[in-house]
Amino acid sequence: MKELLREGEFRNPSGCAIAAEISRDGRRFNAEKIIESMIPMHDRSNGLGGGFSGYGIYPKYKDFYAFHLFYDDRHVKREVEEYLKERYEMVLSEEIPTRKIPEITDEPIIWRYFLAPLKSVLRSAQLDEKEFTARVVMHINTKFRGAYVFSSGKNMGAFKAVGFPEDVGRFYMLDTYEGYSWTSHGRYPTNTPGWWGGSHPFALLDYSVVHNGEISSYDANRRFIEMFGYKCTLQTDTEVMAYIADFLLRREGLTPKEMAEVIAAPFWTTIAQKSDEDKARLTYFRTVYSSLLMTGPFSIVVGYEGGLMALNDRLKLRSMVAAEKDDMVYVASEETAIRIMEPDVDRTWSPAGGEPVIVKVKDGAY
Amino acid sequence: MKRVFVHEEWCLGCHLCEYNCAFANSGVNDMVKALKGKPVTPRIHVEDDGKIHYAVSCRHCENPLCTKGCISGALTKGDDGVVTIDHEKCVGCLSCMLLCPYGCITTDEKDVVLKCELCVKNGRGTPACVEGCPNRAIVYEEVEA
Amino acid sequence: MAVNYMIPSFEIERNDYRCIRCRVCERQCANSVHRYDPDGDVMLSDEFKCVDCQRCVCLCPTHALKIRKNENELRENANWKQNTILEIYKQANTGGVLLSSMGNPEPFPVYWDKILINASQVTNPSIDPLREPMETRVFLGKKPHDMTRDKNGKLNTELPPQLELELPIMFSAMSYGSISYNAHKSLATAAETLGTLYNTGEGGLHEDFYQYGKNTIVQVASGRFGVYKDYLEAGAAIEIKMGQGAKPGIGGHLPGAKVGADISKTRMIPEGSDAISPAPHHDIYSIEDLRQLVYSLKEATGYKKPVIVKVAAVHNIAAIASGIARSGADIIAIDGFRGGTGAAPTRIRDNVGIPIELALASVDKRLRDEGIRQNVSLVVGGSIRSASDVIKAVALGADACYIATSALLALGCHLCRTCQSGKCNWGIATQDPELVKRLNPEAGKERLVNMLTAWKHEIKEMMGLMGINSIEALRGNRMMLRGVGLNEKELEILGISHAGE
Repeated sequence: MKELLREGEFRNPSGCAIAAEISRDGRRFNAEKIIESMIPMHDRSNGLGGGFSGYGIYPKYKDFYAFHLFYDDRHVKREVEEYLKERYEMVLSEEIPTRKIPEITDEPIIWRYFLAPLKSVLRSAQLDEKEFTARVVMHINTKFRGAYVFSSGKNMGAFKAVGFPEDVGRFYMLDTYEGYSWTSHGRYPTNTPGWWGGSHPFALLDYSVVHNGEISSYDANRRFIEMFGYKCTLQTDTEVMAYIADFLLRREGLTPKEMAEVIAAPFWTTIAQKSDEDKARLTYFRTVYSSLLMTGPFSIVVGYEGGLMALNDRLKLRSMVAAEKDDMVYVASEETAIRIMEPDVDRTWSPAGGEPVIVKVKDGAY
Repeated sequence: MKRVFVHEEWCLGCHLCEYNCAFANSGVNDMVKALKGKPVTPRIHVEDDGKIHYAVSCRHCENPLCTKGCISGALTKGDDGVVTIDHEKCVGCLSCMLLCPYGCITTDEKDVVLKCELCVKNGRGTPACVEGCPNRAIVYEEVEA
Repeated sequence: MAVNYMIPSFEIERNDYRCIRCRVCERQCANSVHRYDPDGDVMLSDEFKCVDCQRCVCLCPTHALKIRKNENELRENANWKQNTILEIYKQANTGGVLLSSMGNPEPFPVYWDKILINASQVTNPSIDPLREPMETRVFLGKKPHDMTRDKNGKLNTELPPQLELELPIMFSAMSYGSISYNAHKSLATAAETLGTLYNTGEGGLHEDFYQYGKNTIVQVASGRFGVYKDYLEAGAAIEIKMGQGAKPGIGGHLPGAKVGADISKTRMIPEGSDAISPAPHHDIYSIEDLRQLVYSLKEATGYKKPVIVKVAAVHNIAAIASGIARSGADIIAIDGFRGGTGAAPTRIRDNVGIPIELALASVDKRLRDEGIRQNVSLVVGGSIRSASDVIKAVALGADACYIATSALLALGCHLCRTCQSGKCNWGIATQDPELVKRLNPEAGKERLVNMLTAWKHEIKEMMGLMGINSIEALRGNRMMLRGVGLNEKELEILGISHAGE
């Protein structure tokens, strides 16, 4: 077979399955159920990518940036580690434990580090530590061929591979981690890149995105967000979505609800019916952040420290169902996945296009 | 009632209305066949005076002098307000021509009286002069009396 | 007259069977081409005078007329083409600079025609504009993202002045003088109905048109004709004209013959005097001077109106635009080398400037590379001919397009390219009252509104098939475009892939 272009060297539209579960009380639980929830949605993926994000999974190292990396070889690993050590105190460097299973093969070197930025470096860079870390991630992913940071937040981690999501979950032994929030993704790409970095979730700092859809506004969004130092190396919607989440939530200081008003902005006809205050805000967003409007079908779950937001495109061109039971909130592409996680939910609903489902974990509980 | 009006501001003096009128009332289905080499006898006339042009046609007056003066009862004002001529009754005395204050009644080469009947008889609906005016100078409008 | 070596450019073919001698052609030709000869009952033509404006053809009630290219051929030569030779004869006859009108007619590549648009298939749905909302509203102006909140977290939604357009198309600058009162009135009233703007050009604003102020861009050009406080305050935006695509680097000249009472009053110059716009603004010899003028205009109007800086697309346009984006301007308008004009030296029109497609692509990229794209909106003109040109321009990165030639065509212009003669048979590029009245502005407005309504429908259809339901999601979305038959360098500049890639 001819060598195929790597993810990022071409645009690779995908269909997908997504699921998420979160405890508003901040109770921690393992990923067993969410892994299982992907099984009835098996046909929404095609074995070319699956992954999970867990929040609250590294309580012992919660003050350190947890970097997850794929390496093609030992050589680039050495180079990246040298680069990291010049900038961070490295409290732990270890292979991410995996389970050998026949469904997952050809794995790269999968490593994780717990890092704290060196104060002197931060001072000379004149950046806050999050901005500094985001730039380090961008730098590694664009400048070191064969190295890829796929998770970089605190007390959270993304785990992904080429394979069906339920197999990916078993491969990473996610039944041995406990978190208060989990998101998952099964991928159905229309091309076969066979590169692990291309799978989802896509994560930057503590923001992670799982996404189903193909946004028609992709290049408009990409070319805008790249003005602010982000480098979209994967050409996937999920990547650009993660950067937009980071940009709007962290750098611009928007709330998750306001972020939904930017990327799935209401139609002008809807805005015209709003109160003066809402009208002014929504018009402001559609003027200033007009290039961040996302059109075309999507359902996403954006995970972040202490919560998550699920959102559909404004026409609701992708399925997405939500449900709750006691302190738990569930989101999935199909209700059947929710019923696997919790057969006896209190209520289910299908959020309208552009109407975000925002779940916040109790303050102090995470 | 709806009448034909002319906006002098937009009348270019191209005289197309005259040819469109003559053709519309010729009963022939091709303009060349209808008008080529024949005297053209339109029911609308463009009055020109240097740079001023004005197309004139029957006003369909409230109290028309032509109908009053018609000795054979050929000219009548119908319920729709349109002043029409019945060629069966017309004897060709031309009194109407003398009576019309606007000079809107004319004759053809056989002295048959001709006047604008708003294209109601030729089955066109909209008067041909209005339809063919290249600059919307001639309009067909309802105007409050 | 001595032999001048010229040949008529056109032949008039009159079908004598069809001609009914109505003489409409004769009455309508301002160039006196047609003449009725009662002796022989024939229509005669003086073909030397014909400019192929098609007025007679359109008005002939029996379709008896055809204007054809003169088929007479000078001795063929790949280097010395017929027109090249005739231009030499013309200059040998007169000793003058050759003048032309409208845009560059030479066979340079039209990149719009080498770019194709994407459509949704399988992986995402196309959207039916007849069933779903499809948004074409755009805001032009600075879009700073230094968001602030009060102590209760409430957003400060104040923005620098913005122009709100219902569709990403505006009428480009054409002065009262270069075009007629009725043409201006058609543009102003159409802009009002369409929810967009027209542009006064450099000829000032006729007092009758102050009422259309919120749909008006008032221009300040090197001649400063008609510029005073009320004028600046009358419009919704102020445009500083640095250059024009048809004649970059030179000024303009409205001959005194066209400066009648009304134009004299509007331009604030004596009746009958030539209105000469200098080549540069004599108070702008560099970018820092431009900044001063931008801020002078903002001071004069209380910072309530966006300032547009219009430049011709020239070789280093990206650097120029980058400078303008830092000069305080809110909007940059770029005019490509195919843009029209009422009169320009032929050599300049045909040889100076660059295509708008390449200029736009490189400016948009440069401003993004420098992270200052939000400082300005980009408006492009210079031969936007259709809805698909608009779609392609927006996808390359434009916020909106300027159209002028297309608008004149809608008003009846037949591109005979002899505006400079002042004898426009369609009542557009003329000040002769007898000709001006040929354009009834009520009809003109309707035709402009019809054209852009049709374009808007087409834009929505094309957005829908790309799966895009708001125009901002198309802006700069170059992945929606592919080139055909373009070389690597052209694709690189346009920032698009080749079809099949």
